[in-house]
Amino acid sequence: MRLRVTLLLILLASLPIAAQVPARLEVPYRLFTLANGLTVILHQDKSVPVVAVNVWYHVGSASERAGRTGFAHLFEHLMFEGSKNVKEGEFDTLLEAAGANNNGSTNNDRTNYVIDVPANALELALFLESDRMGYLLDTMSPERVNGQRDVVKNERRQSYENRPYGMASIELDKMLWPENHPYNWPTIGYMEDLTAASHDDVAAFFKKYYAPNNASLSIAGDIDFDRTRALVEKWFGDIPRGGPVEPIAAPPAYLNAVKRKTMTDRVRLPRLYLGWLTPRLYAPGDAALDVASSVLSGGKNSRLYKRLVYDTQMAQDVSAYQQSGALGGSFLIVATARPGKSIAEIQKVIDEELERLRREPPTAREVERAINQTEATFYRRMERVGGFGGKADQLNGYYVAGGGPDYFAEDLARYTSLSPSDVQAAVTGWLPADRRVELVVEPEPEK
Amino acid sequence: MALVPLLAQQSPDRTRPPLLGPPPPLSLPPIQKRALSNGLPVWVIEMHEVPIAQINLVVQAGSGDDPAGKFGTASLTAAMLDEGAGSRSALELADAVEFLGADLATTSTFDSSAVRLNVPIARLNDALPIMADVALRPTFPEDELNRVRQERLTSLLQAKDDPPSIAAMAFSRIVFGPTHRYGTGAVGTESTLKTLSTQDLEAFHSTFFQPTNAALVVVGDVKADAVVAALEKQFGGWKATAPARRVEVPTARQLTTGQIYIVDKPGAEQSQIRIGWVGVPRNNPDYFPLQVLNTVLGGSFTSRLNQNLREEHGYAYGASSAFDMRLSAGPFVAAAGVQTDKTSESVREFFNELNGITKPIPADELTKARNYIALGFPSDFETTRDLAGNAEQLIVYRLPDAFFERYVANIQAVTADTVQKVAAKHIQPTNFAVVVVGDRTRIEAGIRALSLLPVRVMTVDEALGP
Repeated sequence: MRLRVTLLLILLASLPIAAQVPARLEVPYRLFTLANGLTVILHQDKSVPVVAVNVWYHVGSASERAGRTGFAHLFEHLMFEGSKNVKEGEFDTLLEAAGANNNGSTNNDRTNYVIDVPANALELALFLESDRMGYLLDTMSPERVNGQRDVVKNERRQSYENRPYGMASIELDKMLWPENHPYNWPTIGYMEDLTAASHDDVAAFFKKYYAPNNASLSIAGDIDFDRTRALVEKWFGDIPRGGPVEPIAAPPAYLNAVKRKTMTDRVRLPRLYLGWLTPRLYAPGDAALDVASSVLSGGKNSRLYKRLVYDTQMAQDVSAYQQSGALGGSFLIVATARPGKSIAEIQKVIDEELERLRREPPTAREVERAINQTEATFYRRMERVGGFGGKADQLNGYYVAGGGPDYFAEDLARYTSLSPSDVQAAVTGWLPADRRVELVVEPEPEK
Repeated sequence: MALVPLLAQQSPDRTRPPLLGPPPPLSLPPIQKRALSNGLPVWVIEMHEVPIAQINLVVQAGSGDDPAGKFGTASLTAAMLDEGAGSRSALELADAVEFLGADLATTSTFDSSAVRLNVPIARLNDALPIMADVALRPTFPEDELNRVRQERLTSLLQAKDDPPSIAAMAFSRIVFGPTHRYGTGAVGTESTLKTLSTQDLEAFHSTFFQPTNAALVVVGDVKADAVVAALEKQFGGWKATAPARRVEVPTARQLTTGQIYIVDKPGAEQSQIRIGWVGVPRNNPDYFPLQVLNTVLGGSFTSRLNQNLREEHGYAYGASSAFDMRLSAGPFVAAAGVQTDKTSESVREFFNELNGITKPIPADELTKARNYIALGFPSDFETTRDLAGNAEQLIVYRLPDAFFERYVANIQAVTADTVQKVAAKHIQPTNFAVVVVGDRTRIEAGIRALSLLPVRVMTVDEALGP
């Protein structure tokens, strides 16, 4: 498609010099819902003969029950192992033979699946995607569950246990969220819970969450609208609707003191993690905290980077980021000490800089610099239709969040409308010194 | 938009997958080849979907051109380009670039260096002078060099905590040796990094960053005439001095006996395995058959290594293989992280597949691999970055203009016979080096019991050298 860019000339004249790209982002789409409740979003982009088929199921690790953590992600793996009319292994074989790529991912709130096909293979992707949406259990077996259980345990070993500092994020979430809050446990799951997952669990989970009325399908790329709609109706129309899925009732989450913990790992340099509970995705304060993270650690001139890494060089790295989900957000500051430097001296600098931001707003240039960078990423995100973060995935994400698929301009406006005092207010309101988590990873003592 | 409820139609025939129509043709956007007044080539590819531009200056010199004893020069030179340039300091450069919403990367590989700018089109003219300063007029301040050097020394230290990094560095050093350039990572070693001076970086920059040894690639929402005129202002006055004489990386001596190296990482929950030897250079007659061969072996999800180690046995999250093709012969490596208590079983399965690939490949498996590469080709040309990167390949490896136009036909022409021939030549497992980074106390006995190849045990420090 051609990105519609309407220059707002009047606005342009009144803005400072570098803010001269106030273009309207627009991604036209068509939306319809099948009788079984499946929401479908279509977007045309004929720049290359590729089509992205993207499905979000509105279930993630937040829907898991105690004793079965990691299940939503294990289930995601099983979605590639065949269904009633697709033999084990054929899902990938058929797609690769057509020149397609596919993948899936799970987070707290959702599970998404991407298939990127050459335009002639659209119907193959719809056949495969609909067969596993409708008929996954027909050929599911305890052996398949066992096979992917082993793979997922190795994913956990590779990405968490055997990775330097890999266990810190799991510990951090346990400290930040109350035990009964669904963000308390890791999406990858606890080892013993992965061991406990059964074939019966798979059947129950599928019936409850993997129904068309709990999913949305986004198709973007070199498509014809009418033909694509007819194909979607053909392949997905006969899948039975499931029961209603009740929204998650998350208990309130708040910190009322500083929680401290030290853990050890097989690493040479200590690392500090500071964490706060913050607004959920798109809630007031979310975008301001994104800008605050940029003021603190985005680039050489950012406040923490400049002092810790550039000037004093007491840290090897520092990063700050707002990570927000449907049920809540957290703001993290992470810094690794240089050899011979202490976590205490690093933490002192971080606290000084946070206090400075609470006392006085960032400069106009700092905020504008952050917003200009954010704006540029909106354009870069328009280039690819497929994969994670491609246009099909973004349309689906915006739809699920409730703002409508083409929420690009509104999302950008959350940032462009911010003033320095908004950023100051977010830091003051959400990043207090006396209600947070402090986690230190220390090197294991030499044996 | 209104919600339109639809009635389910008659159930489709699911007994067989739908037939595919003919694959869509890919019409690559043309490369408009221009040049500036100083001879600097400018390749322009217009793409008007999104209002951004990608401008890459590619320079024909990389880590392969590091002087002997000064490994890390090219990489550090590239990293230092934006640490002070023209009249701006490191901080001023960062501020100016970020304020424009631009992304300016200075980087290098073994074969080339590059300054790459991605910027909203409305700010292109503001960003180009900064890019030109960074590429042509870096100042290499001493204090910034010391800072970046310290950062790199600390990264080398941290790499010793990370099993995949240890495995990659140990494998290179074992296969190529400590004196061959490919035996050491691009950043160099602790001892070479400590000797590099601003003079070394200035010398590398002035030798190789010349209009006769570089090219510009422009992709995005530009008009060729206008962008060439803008580039002429920034790069047209760049003068050549002496001819850039590149360092030729010698072809590494091939391994002639196999050996297993256990690198002890106490407490590791997985073993990181790397298996291979000296592979092939980018310009080699077996390029297309090797693409197909590697796709079957370990270059796709349904490849034999991944199916075996992940799907069939569940020993690993994934397994893969690759020929890293550079100006001189780079490594061939098969790789996986496997659970500690299945390490020897995994090594055995690797060897089963490496031996198996030299036997004739069944027709359907060959067709699948060829189609996966050929039919998936259009997706490599979707973004401005994709296109600019592909154009850089043509320049760095001096490939024919029609390389991409003929790519699909060349892949489809690969036969089972050719694959078998190149497999026999390039995959000889009895001569391979096997690096296993894991907990020695839990893996050594099992590996020895395989009686596959002689076994040597090393510490991390021994494996990585000084």
